[in-house]
Amino acid sequence: MSAVAPSGSASTTVMAQGLTSARLAQRRSRIWREKLIEFVLFAAASVSVFVTIGIVYVLVSESVQFFRHVPIWDFLTDTQWTPLFDDAHFGIMVLLSGTITSSLVALSVAIPLGTIIAIYLSEFAPFKLREVAKPFLELLGGVPTIVYGYFALLFVTPILQAIYPELPGFNLLSAGLVMGIMIIPYVSSISEDAMRAVPMSLREGSYAMGATRYQTAVKVVVPAAISGIASAYILGISRAVGETMILAVAAGMQPSLTFNPLEPAATITAYIVQVALGDLPHGSVGYQTIFAAGLTLMLLTLVFNILGHALRKRFREVY
Amino acid sequence: MTAPETAVAVKAEVRNLSFYYSDFHALKTLNMPVHDKKVTALIGPSGCGKSTFLRCFNRMHDLYPGNRYEGDIRLYPDDTNLLSKEVDPIEVRMRISMVFQKPNPFPKSLYENVAYGLRVRGERNKRMIEEKVEQALRGAALWDEVKDRLDDLAFNLSGGQQQRLCIARALATDPEILLFDEPTSALDPIATASIEELITDLKHKVTILIVTHNMQQAARVSDYTAYMYLGELIEFDVTDTIFIKPKKKQTEDYITGRFG
Amino acid sequence: MAAVAPPVSHSHDISVIRELIAKHKRWDFIFGLIGLLALMIGVLTFTALFVDMAIKGVPRLDLEFFTSFPSRRASQAGILSAWVGSTLVMMVTAFFAVPLGVAAGVYLEEYAPKNWVTDVIEINITNLAGVPSIVYGLLALGLFVYQFGFGQSILSAGLTLALLILPVVIVATREAIRGIPQAIREGSYALGATQWQTVQHHIIPYSSAGILTGVIIGMARAIGETAPIITIGALTFIAFLPASPVQAAPPFVSFEWLLSPFTVMPIQMFNWTSRPEAAFLVNAAAAGFVLVLMTLAMNGLAIWLRYRLRKKIKW
Repeated sequence: MSAVAPSGSASTTVMAQGLTSARLAQRRSRIWREKLIEFVLFAAASVSVFVTIGIVYVLVSESVQFFRHVPIWDFLTDTQWTPLFDDAHFGIMVLLSGTITSSLVALSVAIPLGTIIAIYLSEFAPFKLREVAKPFLELLGGVPTIVYGYFALLFVTPILQAIYPELPGFNLLSAGLVMGIMIIPYVSSISEDAMRAVPMSLREGSYAMGATRYQTAVKVVVPAAISGIASAYILGISRAVGETMILAVAAGMQPSLTFNPLEPAATITAYIVQVALGDLPHGSVGYQTIFAAGLTLMLLTLVFNILGHALRKRFREVY
Repeated sequence: MTAPETAVAVKAEVRNLSFYYSDFHALKTLNMPVHDKKVTALIGPSGCGKSTFLRCFNRMHDLYPGNRYEGDIRLYPDDTNLLSKEVDPIEVRMRISMVFQKPNPFPKSLYENVAYGLRVRGERNKRMIEEKVEQALRGAALWDEVKDRLDDLAFNLSGGQQQRLCIARALATDPEILLFDEPTSALDPIATASIEELITDLKHKVTILIVTHNMQQAARVSDYTAYMYLGELIEFDVTDTIFIKPKKKQTEDYITGRFG
Repeated sequence: MAAVAPPVSHSHDISVIRELIAKHKRWDFIFGLIGLLALMIGVLTFTALFVDMAIKGVPRLDLEFFTSFPSRRASQAGILSAWVGSTLVMMVTAFFAVPLGVAAGVYLEEYAPKNWVTDVIEINITNLAGVPSIVYGLLALGLFVYQFGFGQSILSAGLTLALLILPVVIVATREAIRGIPQAIREGSYALGATQWQTVQHHIIPYSSAGILTGVIIGMARAIGETAPIITIGALTFIAFLPASPVQAAPPFVSFEWLLSPFTVMPIQMFNWTSRPEAAFLVNAAAAGFVLVLMTLAMNGLAIWLRYRLRKKIKW
């Protein structure tokens, strides 16, 4: 049955229509405003993509110029790195050896200690101790690396020299050791997160079988958290490879092809700092070397980051 | 409550058991026998304390701070008080195994899951472990299905199979009592039926204590039943008596569905 | 009760079990010790570092040290240009990092649809969090210093550090927003609010404490960064201050300082550490001590905020 309009409906309808169109116009402008805001926010989020593109562009464009002068084969296999000499050599292996050696030293400290601390905090430590230890570890990881570098050069090296007097003032060992301590919080916090994500029901199943805390931690919790722990290790590796200041200060900046931690050497990162401190004209081969070195570094850490990310996704999916 | 007059062996005896979660008085002076090689079911509405009661038997409450036991649970033949502070919970758990509500296989192979309890007990002999694993899997009616893929990850099994794996795991160590905490509430009806069949078979080998919120399951599977309400043991008797002619009105009300 | 003990005595010997348990519990104890030891190594290192800096550096700390420029004579050298530079760079960093980071975080949590574009953005953010800081320096050198022509200036440095800590701010924003229950959003929408109104009046205010914590942590990291700033070309010997942002004559505000050469605290410390003279090493320790105190204070503040937050907000 159709509605019978009350008397005076004509003016009401017109007014209603006026209100409706006003509301419609308001709605249109509101929608437009919302879309604009969303776009602005989207633009902010996509800055990260542009940063990546920027990094790739800068590194690749300068490296391309570099590789016009220096054949890639030489870059990869030459055993000398003397870019500023007349008879210049550009063997990245030299810098890589410093990076690899110092990273190995650092990881030999960070991985065992970081894992043990993670297991201890996750499965053994009383609640109060955890509440104190976790912030402390955060602080440990928050000390500026230049301070760690100073510490390595002027505190750790003299101590090591007391044990082994032939140790040179600049060496990869003390830098590596201090770097290792700095990386512990990275390894331990991600490993611990992975372990805490293991559901209590698994632990109860183990305890119900008569296992002790240690047995449960090592036989059930760690295997259950293994992909998260692996991603923590990989993050540690990535961090060690990318570290600059501790090595620039304590390992010296003399490029040298060596895998002996008792010697001084330059890492990829320390070399870039050394060049930046100097006065290389924009566009010279010397200037371009830092981008080629940076590209190598970037590729290295990219591989580790991708691996670490894939592993971390896996551990999140299992639970 | 009087026990039935037949002289059936008693595996354990609960004497004046009370339990507190911090200040909350969760279990109130329970007294109950657990008959050897029989199935005893604990039933009652949600929150009545039946799981809490069950978990006293293997000292699970010790894993969490703030809990307190009073009274005894005596285990025969050696008359050990399971709740005594002098008795290590780990020792209790080596004698009494548990199967949980939600299957919780370890992230290991099927074989390693079942072998876990043996390894924890220091068993090194490979032949011995293999034998016991097979025995346990047979006992859990799982051997034929999985004997060719013992190295597969336990996660790849279906829910019902995972639960049977957990039962095998619990059986492998020859427990004196096997505790089941609502073992089929997370499973579909077919898997539930197979687990119930398994329990009926197992009781000839091991004493079983089972918590269930499903009355019909208790009626099907158990020899003795205890009805609990708000932390108290209202009635304990032979299953048939409880379900056909309960002695207390409260029990009757629950059984007939008048509440709960 | 006709209690009869079961006829079969059990196959397990109680004493064997007890011995086994005792052996295993020893491992429990040993590992407890090892874990504590590992923690102690960390504590010891940190304490040694802090005390070493304090002993060597604190005597050098006086008003003059804070108000003098670096000098070739160690006893007259100070960190004036360094801490002013750090402050100005931090201002620029915060100016860019906070709006960008919060906006990105809000977008990803409240607006972003589940498609490949969002995936690409998220992958990028995760990836950038793992890029070594010196690579950011290279990016800045190529892009900000030369391509955009900002030169070796405070602006370049601030932008670089902003990009460096962007992932930190974004992640902190996202986690803070995730803590807000869906019921609150639904309540707002049910009253007829638009998405932006909900974000503006509810999402951002309720997550602001968590965001603040993340920002503080990011800034603490930025203050201590050396490598990217060196790469841009911050000079290590700056004996002047950038032009003041506030002027006597109109328009009363100047932006000249943005393009000025500069130095920052970590670089000053690095410069002094590289000198062989013992007196400069003392200066380095003093600067280092100030740096450590600053980062400790900021991290401590963030941790405290997080703790207060956990106690205060109970949804």
